[in-house]
Amino acid sequence: MVVWVSTLFMLASCGKKAKAQETTDTAKVETEALQTEASSAKVKFPVYDFESFESMLHLQDGKTYVINFWATWCKPCIEEMPYFEQVNAERATDGVEVILVSLDMPSMWKSRLEPFVEKKGLKSKVVILDDPKQNDWIPKINEDWDGGIPATLIYNKNKREFYGHGFTYDELNTELNKFIN
Amino acid sequence: METIKKLGLLALVLMLGAFTVKSDTLAEGYDIGDVATDFSLKNVDGTMVSLADYKDAKGFLVIFTCNTCPYAVKYEDRIIALDNKYKPKGVPVIAINPNNPSIKSGDSFAKMQVRAKEKGFTFPYLFDDGQQVFPQYGATKTPHVYLLEKTDDGNIVRYIGAIDDNYQDASQVEEKFVENAVDAMLAGEEIKVTKTRAIGCGIKA
Repeated sequence: MVVWVSTLFMLASCGKKAKAQETTDTAKVETEALQTEASSAKVKFPVYDFESFESMLHLQDGKTYVINFWATWCKPCIEEMPYFEQVNAERATDGVEVILVSLDMPSMWKSRLEPFVEKKGLKSKVVILDDPKQNDWIPKINEDWDGGIPATLIYNKNKREFYGHGFTYDELNTELNKFIN
Repeated sequence: METIKKLGLLALVLMLGAFTVKSDTLAEGYDIGDVATDFSLKNVDGTMVSLADYKDAKGFLVIFTCNTCPYAVKYEDRIIALDNKYKPKGVPVIAINPNNPSIKSGDSFAKMQVRAKEKGFTFPYLFDDGQQVFPQYGATKTPHVYLLEKTDDGNIVRYIGAIDDNYQDASQVEEKFVENAVDAMLAGEEIKVTKTRAIGCGIKA
């Protein structure tokens, strides 16, 4: 697979289309992945590994951060996203800031993530967490998190709570009220 | 005497502590050392498959997976490789699709048959009809692996979690969690890493 990937990259860069066509019968998923992996460097959103991302979990600037872990392929994540958008707009005066942390795979950044964010007109900050060593970093976000999404961390300088489940609009506001006096 | 009392008290506190921690972190489903239930589920070839059918097995890699999850798709080739490596050693892969096709149409039985054929699955790919089996195991997402050891007391859960530590690129894997666990189990050694976590697609029931 890896040899095949790099071969195709070389083929693509050499522009030898005839040869590349030999691979057109391979699984669609793989082809999709390849086409976009080459251009993933130019993705619109900041890409972090866990080490560089971690400081975003410990900002001490008086704001209440809502860190939502999601992906475009996660249906319940998409369903709850409007509530996070709403809260980000409505409660900005309370110092609430939503950060949408996409766990989409590199192959999906250009093909799915960017179009999704554009189509939905998302106003919250979107960042990408791309770190395959999930067994190392998942427990650092929360010891009890099994890695399922949606999952959300809410914190400010006084309080910190992790939620390994989805939210309704009301539930999200109820939780936020516990952080804001 | 006083020391013994104190030690006894300390032991008691520690024991209580251990139980508290356990009940906090233990969601529904199996933990390491539990006896896993058998099942009778329909395979993509139309036959019904149970763990009890495998008279000579030493254990099983029960893997909850599906057609539609990008992580599951990324691991398909590696699941086939696991079956090829461990079936001859008595630990076959038994794949189960836990998703409800009325929520996720791409995970219907017919689509499972298509995917199994396309990829040339070497193992049974079973449909958890009515989504009854996965909650007993406590599977929450796909792919989710349960290594079972067949003993006189039943099929004991030895490992729960991810296949390895790099979903994106098999060549960049540093720790092969499942292989390490099966190798240790077959060698009668202690399994060092018994539980791992990974991002996956929530099971749609």
